[in-house]
Amino acid sequence: MKSALLELSYLIGSVTFIVGLKMMGNPKSARKGNLLGAAGMTIAILGTIFLFEKKTEDGVLIADHVVPGIIYALIFGAILLGTIVGWLTAKKVQMTKMPELVSMFNGMGGACAALIGLMEYQHNLHHTGALATIIAGMVIGTVSFSGSIIAYLKLNGTMKQPIRLPQYNVINTIVMAGVVLFGAWVVMTAPSMTFLYLLFAVAIVYGILFTVPIGGADMPVVISLLNSFTGLAAAFGGFLYDNKIMLTGGILVGSAGTLLTLVMCKAMNRPLSNVIFGAFGGGNAAEGSSAISGSIKDINVSDTAVLMNYSKKVVIVPGYGLAVAQAQHVIHELETILEERGVEVKYAIHPVAGRMPGHMNVLLAESNVSYDKLVEMEDINPEFPSTDVVLVVGANDVVNPAAHNDPSSPIYGMPILDVENASHIIVNKRSMSAGYAGIENELFFNPKTSMLFGDAKDVLTKLVAEIKSL
Amino acid sequence: MESILNLISEHREMIYFVLLSVFVGIEVIGGVPTVLHTPLMSGANAIHGVVIVGAIYVMLNVDPTDYLALALGFLAVLLGTLNVVGGFVVTDRMLEMFKKK
Repeated sequence: MKSALLELSYLIGSVTFIVGLKMMGNPKSARKGNLLGAAGMTIAILGTIFLFEKKTEDGVLIADHVVPGIIYALIFGAILLGTIVGWLTAKKVQMTKMPELVSMFNGMGGACAALIGLMEYQHNLHHTGALATIIAGMVIGTVSFSGSIIAYLKLNGTMKQPIRLPQYNVINTIVMAGVVLFGAWVVMTAPSMTFLYLLFAVAIVYGILFTVPIGGADMPVVISLLNSFTGLAAAFGGFLYDNKIMLTGGILVGSAGTLLTLVMCKAMNRPLSNVIFGAFGGGNAAEGSSAISGSIKDINVSDTAVLMNYSKKVVIVPGYGLAVAQAQHVIHELETILEERGVEVKYAIHPVAGRMPGHMNVLLAESNVSYDKLVEMEDINPEFPSTDVVLVVGANDVVNPAAHNDPSSPIYGMPILDVENASHIIVNKRSMSAGYAGIENELFFNPKTSMLFGDAKDVLTKLVAEIKSL
Repeated sequence: MESILNLISEHREMIYFVLLSVFVGIEVIGGVPTVLHTPLMSGANAIHGVVIVGAIYVMLNVDPTDYLALALGFLAVLLGTLNVVGGFVVTDRMLEMFKKK
């Protein structure tokens, strides 16, 4: 009876995951979809705790088994503590810090999978099949854990430059082969716990080596990839226990995450192998593009105000700089006041603007920009020739024409927003430093471009005041 | 060769299950607008927190005198909860902003 109920709770949970994820694909139903998934998860967790039946190693039910109170106390204690900390962190985090938080939560899931492996190892020394799933789940979970921590450190700025050992691709491949062979050896020979801990340590090192050389601009792809890794680790747990909800949840995230990763790579027009093994920033940045020369043109706030006020159509290109300066509310104010003056305002959203795909949408939605004003790249590009003013705020690489016309540039071939087709381009930047990918931008030297230097929030606030006074 | 074939026929149901799940995962994500990529990634992140079910299961089977296992199990459940709760709450916060005005 109990086990049938447990299976039922897992079935309900699995269905909510699938339906919930599907609902999250539409802005209207997305929030309900997320809550549905959360409800299914709660049912599955409660079912696991309260419908538990102890079985022997051969799967025979042990009747009248009572789980010691201390174990329940620890489980509830951990859930309570985790809920409080997780809830508060998620509620308090600033929207700009969200990508690193997702990365951190992903790492926690990976670590959880790794710990399950560490604990189950000794109970399964004689089942090669079970041992294989344990080791696979543990290694993948561990790599996801240490990789996510590095991604977190990179996103929050603790680790600024990609660190590249000489011949890092060769080293990484050797370490990866080492992890796989070591893991296979552990499965075959079932050695003592010491070797399992050693494998755990090597997997941590591999996760670090895997993520460390990847440049900041590629972090969204890496997080998405590590996300699907953790899904895979959860699925291996499902194999081990023949647990259907871990399997559905894990595989669902594994395959959905992989697809999402590929979609992101496509948006940047780079194959995934190029992201993992390729070179972005670092060495390549110094080459090729430093040759750009020419003069740049300054513009002040009052001239910008006049220009925008008397335009018919303004397109705003937001980038990570907008997020850093916390200028999303001011930009909405600018949009409102321009609309009041009869100017048509749209936002051009590059698929990889910000630090995660869709990051800009989330950020602008936070300041109440309606989402039909956010136009995706393919739809806005044909509109630039009829645009009077493009205002680029804190974006750089996504408007860099080198992607079209400089084959030596690391971003060559990436689809960009063709802002140079507009009549005027105003670029707000703090200084002339290069973008996140570390490459120069010839757009700034375009005769149609004027540079509006200063902190985004500061400058935009002044701009709004100036337009109001016109 | 024969052992591989045996393995496949023994786990036939499981293999069907896995393959179908993979397709469901791909199908569910297909055609999602870029606007929703970040919340979707975050939502998927919360769902793989289902690994906590495994952590709870291990914990329920732990020998209560094995203190190392108790500590590791506690940590596993704690980390899993962080993944689940944090993941769903942060996704909800993102999606809250998409509501129609």
